Amino acid sequence: MAGEAIAFYILTGMIVTAAAIVVGSKNIVHAGVSLVPVLLGVAGLYVLLRAEFLTVVQILIYVGAITVLLLFVILLTEGATGLRTRQRNEQVPLAAAVAALFLVTLLVALTRTPWALTNQPSAAYNIGAVGTSLFTTYVLVFEVAGLLILASLVGAIVIARKES
Amino acid sequence: MIGLQHYLILSALLFAIGLFGVLTRRNAVAVLMGVELMLNAAAINFVAFTHFVSPGLVRGHVAALVIITLAACEAVVGLALVINAYRHLDTIQVDEMNLMKG
Repeated sequence: MAGEAIAFYILTGMIVTAAAIVVGSKNIVHAGVSLVPVLLGVAGLYVLLRAEFLTVVQILIYVGAITVLLLFVILLTEGATGLRTRQRNEQVPLAAAVAALFLVTLLVALTRTPWALTNQPSAAYNIGAVGTSLFTTYVLVFEVAGLLILASLVGAIVIARKES
Repeated sequence: MIGLQHYLILSALLFAIGLFGVLTRRNAVAVLMGVELMLNAAAINFVAFTHFVSPGLVRGHVAALVIITLAACEAVVGLALVINAYRHLDTIQVDEMNLMKG
């Protein structure tokens, strides 16, 4: 399927370029905005992997909520773009070495492992299956996630509240 | 033909970029952005394994949903901490925060 390959490589280029801007840009607002193409590209990969529900959730929560929250805090704290402050610490060569070593290790490991692949195609629509397993097999995970959201909601209000 | 390994390599690349960002950024919000990149890389892996290894079971999708939930919680609490630190210390550069008690 050539279309799938073209879409995959376009999405890969978009994700990697934008991710490089996220970690490399001197302008902190540019870095925050570049998070949007990364997350949209990942949503596109979910479409290629037949995970429609995850695509919608990714766009709603990541692109819609988390990015806006990050930009809000940048503008509240940094004042502006942060161009006048140094954005990197002194560990750049060390960090590059660690990241490169980590990447090489991962690549060697995952190209040598024989994965138990299957030729069985994914179902055309699996939203129903996701919902069913979320409320039967993984209902405990679902409830714990709900509890965690409540805890982080209360925690965020308590931490960010102005002390009188 | 795009196979499992393409997705795994892309995800490893994204994870390494995020790791570099976490290790080099001074701004606390930018560190959180690096963490978001790494979490996304992990979620791609889960969904790719579901698609290529066990398409009938949607376990990877559930795991990816949990990752997105955790990322939202982590961003909310982390940003609340950043705002609080900014109020007390007037900086959000992580290498300038060196007080145990503000």
